[in-house]
Amino acid sequence: MESIKKTLYLNKSKLGKIARYQCIYIVLIIALLAAVIVSVNSGTVDLSVSEIFKIIVLKAQEGSVESNVIWKIRLPRLIAAGVLGGALSVAGFLLQTFFRNPIAGPYVLGISSGAKMFVAFTMIVLMNYVNVLPPGVIMLAAFIGSLISMGFVILAARKVKDMAMLLVVGVMIGYICAAFTDLFVNFAQERDIANLTNWSMGSFSGIGWADIRLITIVVFISLAAVMMLSKPIGAYQLGEGYAKSMGINIRVFRILIVLFSSLLSATVTAFAGPIAFVGIAIPQVTKMLMNTSKPIIIIPTTFLTGAVFCVFCDLLARTMFAPIELSIGTVTAFFGAPFVIWLLLSRKK
Amino acid sequence: MYFQTDNLSVGYCGKALIKNINIGVEKGKILCLLGPNGSGKSTILKSISRHLKKIAGTVFIAKEDMNNLNSVEVAKRLSVVLTEKVAPELMTCEEVVATGRYPYTNHFGKLTDEDHRIIEESMAAVSVLDLMDNEFSHLSDGQKQRVLLARAICQQPEIIILDEPTSYLDIRHKIELLGILRKMAVNQKVTVILSLHEVDLAAKLADTIILVKDNSVYGSGCPEDVLSDTVIKKLYGIEAGSFNMLMGSVELPKTCQTEPKVFVFGGDGYGTRCYRALHKRGISFCTGVLYHNDVDYQVAMSLARQTIFEKSFRPISDVIYEQACKAMLNCKVIIDTGFDLDGVTNRNRQLLELAYNTNKPILSLRKQPQKTKANIQYFNDIGSMISCEKLMLESGEKISISMCS
Repeated sequence: MESIKKTLYLNKSKLGKIARYQCIYIVLIIALLAAVIVSVNSGTVDLSVSEIFKIIVLKAQEGSVESNVIWKIRLPRLIAAGVLGGALSVAGFLLQTFFRNPIAGPYVLGISSGAKMFVAFTMIVLMNYVNVLPPGVIMLAAFIGSLISMGFVILAARKVKDMAMLLVVGVMIGYICAAFTDLFVNFAQERDIANLTNWSMGSFSGIGWADIRLITIVVFISLAAVMMLSKPIGAYQLGEGYAKSMGINIRVFRILIVLFSSLLSATVTAFAGPIAFVGIAIPQVTKMLMNTSKPIIIIPTTFLTGAVFCVFCDLLARTMFAPIELSIGTVTAFFGAPFVIWLLLSRKK
Repeated sequence: MYFQTDNLSVGYCGKALIKNINIGVEKGKILCLLGPNGSGKSTILKSISRHLKKIAGTVFIAKEDMNNLNSVEVAKRLSVVLTEKVAPELMTCEEVVATGRYPYTNHFGKLTDEDHRIIEESMAAVSVLDLMDNEFSHLSDGQKQRVLLARAICQQPEIIILDEPTSYLDIRHKIELLGILRKMAVNQKVTVILSLHEVDLAAKLADTIILVKDNSVYGSGCPEDVLSDTVIKKLYGIEAGSFNMLMGSVELPKTCQTEPKVFVFGGDGYGTRCYRALHKRGISFCTGVLYHNDVDYQVAMSLARQTIFEKSFRPISDVIYEQACKAMLNCKVIIDTGFDLDGVTNRNRQLLELAYNTNKPILSLRKQPQKTKANIQYFNDIGSMISCEKLMLESGEKISISMCS
């Protein structure tokens, strides 16, 4: 009798969890759709919903101004915001697990700044030879820059066990990278500077279909790979010692996590510049929403949440003070920073 | 031997700390490492569990060299409970225990019905089933330790390694945890290798004991043979105080070295509580006449200034009796803890009657008063006796305190 009661109770709690997950997913998808519709619909050129529908689905009025606005400007920007936002959140989740630090993220740990520094360096050097850098090169540069910063953070993490101290180190690494970036900019030609400052402000604008293709390929392959790693990530949450005792090859696992988190955040930095706080706040929000930190659940959900958040933030960046456009980092910081402060304060208890 | 190390050397960064360790344990038996802090117990355990790279030597499980096993095969045979603090975010106890299924589940860690059954069984074995949906990080240390043990059990190992599993536990949880280990060893033939700080518990739990001191194996064998008062004293470098292996009890160092002012009639185990109470107050005492096989004898030897005793199973000889008389007459206060008065030739009774006639103050804990005399005062408990005025004045506590401090 008792065993029956227990299984019933078990099923009930499990069902409750699944219902919760489903609700959250439905809400997120609705939010994403809403954000997409509003995004496509807002801007200087006014279009009705039916027109947009015709242009996107039926590819009507090809070659017209309306079609160009939608296909060449709004859609790529929207997709970029969604995919890169998601990538940033997943990178944040990986870093939080890796450093066992709930306030870690690619921006605060200086990883984005490292990417930015190396991209600036590459741009200034290579712009002497070519006019336009292929997206692949920029991404590679960002990836190398990310790995350099990550290397320093990992070295620091060996020495400092305090999670607040690690963040301080990360912020300092960020400043050092910024200083180097400024130094490079001093040596750059004026034409490059315009290019550079625009990019380094952080924006989803100016991303073309060729970029999108690269972005989606890299991000979705990384996402799939990270999903495949969700089992060892889950074990790693119990600590390295236990993870090892369950048969995980810690060295390989750590390298993979470093590579994928750097790749994801580098992709974002390469195409949209450094974006603050998404990487910290969104994985945390997702964990709270789902009330779990199970990687197999959190990884896809945090990707979706990140996508929704960034599409909304980009919408705000575009429309709040139109025709002046805010940098995406401004908007994400506006929401993200207070959340992180709250997170820090609530943990002190 | 089911588990065996062959000339194992362990240490950090390629430098051997402990060399040539040859320890072994049969299947379903418990091996316990004892030794002071920093002696290298953890280093040995970590090297066996492959958390540390061993420097040299071989470790065999069921005659198989562990080097030939891959990490998943090892995980299926050997699980651990570590000292490192675990603080997973938002993980329920069930999820923590479920990580024990790691070596058995598919690539995505999907738990089958069988896995769920094993998880529940493991949690039931350490009675944490009711904590299933609680968040792990909200538990008490004792509960956490039990959940982590459930996790280790859930891994269905042949060997469980535990590094100081009783560290944060209160006495009840210590007993429960070690009880679970004993049961697992007997019923499921799980081999247990652990390190403990509690010598007394180790002696009661383990089948084999390894003593580790100053980065070397100091001794090993059956605890009943290996552990003795002197071995423990040497192992831990105890200079003051004592550890009584037979009683499994610890006595604090003597606080006073003055000549005894109090004579205690002990025996039948009545004396021990009184000895400890006097000892804590720094009151020097002598006691007698005890038989060698009396429980009081063990404690008296550690705490009393002078213990007058007779060999077991024979009448008290004249020499001993005279010795006791002399000691008693030299004291200012006499305490009668209530030993057995029966027997025609009971010389302790004779000694007590002598005491009654000396007019020295006698503090008696005897339940049935023997005599009413001005110098005899009866007490119901040690607390009131120990703080009574006569004892204070006559035992010269003032003097002894000033002399000892």
